[in-house]
Amino acid sequence: MSAPNKSYDPVEVEALKPEEIERMRDEALAAFAAADSLDALAHAKTAHTGGTSPLSLANREIGALPPHAKAEAGKRVGQARGAVSKALAARQAELEAERDARVLVEEAVDVTLPYDRVPAGARHPLTTLMERIEDIFTAMGYEVAEGPQAEAEWFNFDALNIGPDHPARGEADTFFVKDARGGADSGVVLRTHTSPVQARSLLDREPPVYVVCPGRVYRTDELDATHTPVFHQVELLAVDEGLTMADLKGTLDHMVQALFGEGMKTRLRPNFFPFTEPSAEMDMVCYVCRGESVGNPDRPCRTCSSEGWIELGGCGMVNPKVLVACGVDPERYSGFAFGFGIERMLMFRHNVEDMRDMVEGDVRFTRPFGMEI
Amino acid sequence: MRVPLSWLREYVDLPETETGRDVQARLISAGLEVETVEQLGTGLKGPLVVGRVLTIEELEGFKKPIRFCTVDVGAANGTGEPQEIVCGARNFAVGDKVVVVLPGAVLPGDFAISARKTYGKTSHGMICSGDELGMGDDGTDGIIVLPPETEVGTDAIELLELVDEVLDIAVTPDRGYCLSMRGVARETATAYGLALRDPALLDVPAPNAYGHPVAVADPVGCDRFTARTVVGLEPEARSPIWLKRRLQKAGMRPISLAVDVTNYVMLELGQPLHAYDRTLVQGPIGVRRAEQGEKLTTLDGTTRVLDAEDLVITDDRGPIGLAGVMGGADTEIADHEGTAGATTEVVIEAAHFDPVAVARAARRHRLSSEASRRFERGVDPEAAAAAAQRTVDLLVLLAGGTAEGGVTQITAPTAPRTITMPADHPDRVAGLGYGRATVVRRLQEVGCDVQGQDELAVTVPSWRPDLATPNDLAEEVIRLEGYENLPSTLPTPPPGRGLTARQRLHRRAGRALAGAGYVEAPNYPFLGEEVFDRLGLEADDARRRVVTLVNPLSDEEPALRTTLLPGLLGALRRNDGRGSHDLALFETGLVFRPTGEERRAPLPSVDRRPTAAEIAELDAALPQQPRRAAVVLAGAREQDGWWGAGRPADWADAVEAGRLLAREAGAELVVRADRHAPWHPGRCAALYAVRGGEEVLVGHAGELHPRVVKALHLPERTCAMELDLDLLESASGGAVRAPGISTFPVATQDVALVVADEVPAADVEAALREGAGPLLESLRLFDVFTGEQIGEGRKSLAYALRFRAADRTLTVDEASAARDAAVALAAERTGASLRGA
Repeated sequence: MSAPNKSYDPVEVEALKPEEIERMRDEALAAFAAADSLDALAHAKTAHTGGTSPLSLANREIGALPPHAKAEAGKRVGQARGAVSKALAARQAELEAERDARVLVEEAVDVTLPYDRVPAGARHPLTTLMERIEDIFTAMGYEVAEGPQAEAEWFNFDALNIGPDHPARGEADTFFVKDARGGADSGVVLRTHTSPVQARSLLDREPPVYVVCPGRVYRTDELDATHTPVFHQVELLAVDEGLTMADLKGTLDHMVQALFGEGMKTRLRPNFFPFTEPSAEMDMVCYVCRGESVGNPDRPCRTCSSEGWIELGGCGMVNPKVLVACGVDPERYSGFAFGFGIERMLMFRHNVEDMRDMVEGDVRFTRPFGMEI
Repeated sequence: MRVPLSWLREYVDLPETETGRDVQARLISAGLEVETVEQLGTGLKGPLVVGRVLTIEELEGFKKPIRFCTVDVGAANGTGEPQEIVCGARNFAVGDKVVVVLPGAVLPGDFAISARKTYGKTSHGMICSGDELGMGDDGTDGIIVLPPETEVGTDAIELLELVDEVLDIAVTPDRGYCLSMRGVARETATAYGLALRDPALLDVPAPNAYGHPVAVADPVGCDRFTARTVVGLEPEARSPIWLKRRLQKAGMRPISLAVDVTNYVMLELGQPLHAYDRTLVQGPIGVRRAEQGEKLTTLDGTTRVLDAEDLVITDDRGPIGLAGVMGGADTEIADHEGTAGATTEVVIEAAHFDPVAVARAARRHRLSSEASRRFERGVDPEAAAAAAQRTVDLLVLLAGGTAEGGVTQITAPTAPRTITMPADHPDRVAGLGYGRATVVRRLQEVGCDVQGQDELAVTVPSWRPDLATPNDLAEEVIRLEGYENLPSTLPTPPPGRGLTARQRLHRRAGRALAGAGYVEAPNYPFLGEEVFDRLGLEADDARRRVVTLVNPLSDEEPALRTTLLPGLLGALRRNDGRGSHDLALFETGLVFRPTGEERRAPLPSVDRRPTAAEIAELDAALPQQPRRAAVVLAGAREQDGWWGAGRPADWADAVEAGRLLAREAGAELVVRADRHAPWHPGRCAALYAVRGGEEVLVGHAGELHPRVVKALHLPERTCAMELDLDLLESASGGAVRAPGISTFPVATQDVALVVADEVPAADVEAALREGAGPLLESLRLFDVFTGEQIGEGRKSLAYALRFRAADRTLTVDEASAARDAAVALAAERTGASLRGA
């Protein structure tokens, strides 16, 4: 390394010769290119751009030149230093990119690993199916009404035109509740249907009354694949001026379309219920075969026994006697009502084959149903 | 009601091509529940002929007696030679006419007949029993023995009417008239628009004073009584084949000619009849209510103690029949196969009894009969005389009897029932304009007499007691016009408000618990009270006061739940037993809590709205039925996995489930230590909701008592929470008030406080909050530490306190001062000291 010249002789300033400067630049570029890590590059940076690097020293020599030579030497050194710092930055970026790519690869995980740390919960499909039906009717303006499950016989039978000697009363498979002293005659039963909520709703409200009443009901059937002593119904009641059976039919059609899809429809068949007159049994087009199994022995349907229709429940125009017992003027108001079993609907809508699966609370049954149905 | 199609055709000229399925479809559309159409004689193929038994050779040496017979079958076997047949039945003799099936024939059930070797002989066919021909019960155990006049060689398929279709109809309570061929024929005729040959249209002699004396003491219970007498019945007379076959197809068993005839007429006209052996009836026949405690032995051999409400038929000795339900054994007509004891004179009763009286008697004596089923649902009172006449005619025709001239007929005065109705009422019920002409025509088809123009006066037929109101008439019009033709319209309810707050909370509770990993498991509410012992409830625990059922499905579970836990724990155990061990279940539902004050529920009149007092009385008769929510947990709450170790479910999960529900309810929950069965005494939290400034106990949570776990065979360390959702809802804080959000920097200060073990963390936290004052933004317990450094019986609670002011950046001094104030109050209230201080 040369010390500053004492004498004034530009020709003697060896370091500022063009070929010297080119050599210094090329050495720097070669050192950067050879650096294979950020550390090595840092060393090369110090050696070739630091305060004691050849180019820095050469730069300092410029001051010793005569004025006419200064410009040219300055330009030469500046260009060389520019090229060096550009190469350094490029190499720096290149090495950083390599490092980053390597780290991301090292940090990669198996994203297919399962994560069942807290197994999912679920709501029971009977609950969510009832809510679904409630939602259809609340969207139309209906209220959801509830009632007690241990119910007065008057609400369960008498108010619904099922008098003490009515044959239907004996056929209702009723659970009777003991009175406070253990006697049999409490006048209280476990409700055999959701229909008592009809009577309660009419007593609680002024017409027009539009209510949907979901809930648990009880009958003395032993549990088997198709029966359960505790089951669920949804009841609908509309009492207003000028309601007709056509309104009943339209409301049923709307419900099955909302629940089962466009194109579904219902069929009414005459039947008898004490609390409706006229009364009907309601069927819907088979959800599974859509009626295509009828007369088609090659494609039998187990759900509807190839009849094309599934029985849903009972319905009709509210018997004026019920209106009278609930203080509603039958001359002014008429109404319709229907009720159906939720278990049955769940069975054919979701292919449940055994009633017991719905009552045993097995998590394997319920989990797949999730939060809504 | 079982309706043979061949019999139905006697009253309605149905097209020949019409099948049972076709008729079924029409009748269903008209409102009869035709459940099945049974095909009789499907696959049956002859030759099946009448034969005469020529010889019988008893074969010896077999396990059972066997006969080798020769039977004359005429030309049916092609040769005219006697047919050799082996037969195991013994109820026939040489000369009897029997039914013979020849080789080449096929019997029901795809049973092909061929000559075959058996018992050392070759049997060329079979002598048939009713069973083998699919005929139903004929009252004999052996083969069919035909009347002697039957001609040899006759085709038995036709003779015995073996090929037929039978409609099985489930008759609803309002359509009693369809418990007869007459009623079903009327519906069929209307459905097809054909004429009906009404079998009740008979010439009936006028009543006179010479018939068997009858005295009706209770004209309300019995408004009609016809008695006719037939004498000179030939004891050897038997029911003809056609009569037996119709009874069999209708599901009844042929018994004897007189009984068969009364049953036949009942099936045909719907009028239950009774035949008394006249020689056994002493004096006049009476109808009255029984005296309390009177006794009657009915035809089924049971001696019954009568109730003062029972309507009975009497003679001089006392009751001889339970009116409309069953006759008595004393006057039973006897059939002794032509012996001297056989009945030769009968009195026929065709009466009309009050449906309620019959229904109550049938229920009281648990005795449902063909007669009582019909009377309960309403029998045509005007058909009584015709039914008696029809019975007389058949007995004269078939049993060689002679009808006596006496005709007793007692009739309580009744007026025809007339309903007035606007002519457009059916239109307004249906929502479809039928027009007056259609309405009148349809009502006439039903049998009504219709007068008037805009306002119709409709006199209903005697066989339709169910038609009592304009809506009943509307239904007749609408069903005959076809329910399938009703239009589909939608009413417009007033605008709704959606679910109530209580209903929304119920849903939210379910969603939140499911979101937290709980699976809903709704359970039956039935339980046995011994479960309370297993739960370790004290003798005076309110949960032991149960509602019980008069008629439980199982005597072991006669009570209704007062808590959700027994059912839910049962579901937990069931899942565990099936191999699911990491469980979190929940249930929401009603429990039944009697107050002990319940009185008998009243039965207010139904011809008006019950009074407010009556409604209050009705509700007071019911037990309280609050809605509760419960969770149970066992096994792992978090699973082991590649992320590391899991953790078991514990008491804290159960308490957190309570907090979760309180958050959903918008209620402030206070948790305190408690001792309450069935929980572990050291791991039981009482849950209080703050309602109007007061703490209300809403439930409990924690780990179950180890004794309970053992007694109920539950997984170890099972945890549970149960609370009253209705109470929690009542403590809801209402609409949330949005907090002001400060954007100034937060100042965080941590403190570790040492307190005695038994000091609840909740108390320390409450003191810190109060002491820290309004600058405190939040506070969190981030560590609980016990150990030597802390000292025996003490614990260290480490809290992170975050301070922030709404209007400025806090200085370190301000934050420290607030922290010191918090610590000072905690020290004062709970004896806490700063750790390391």
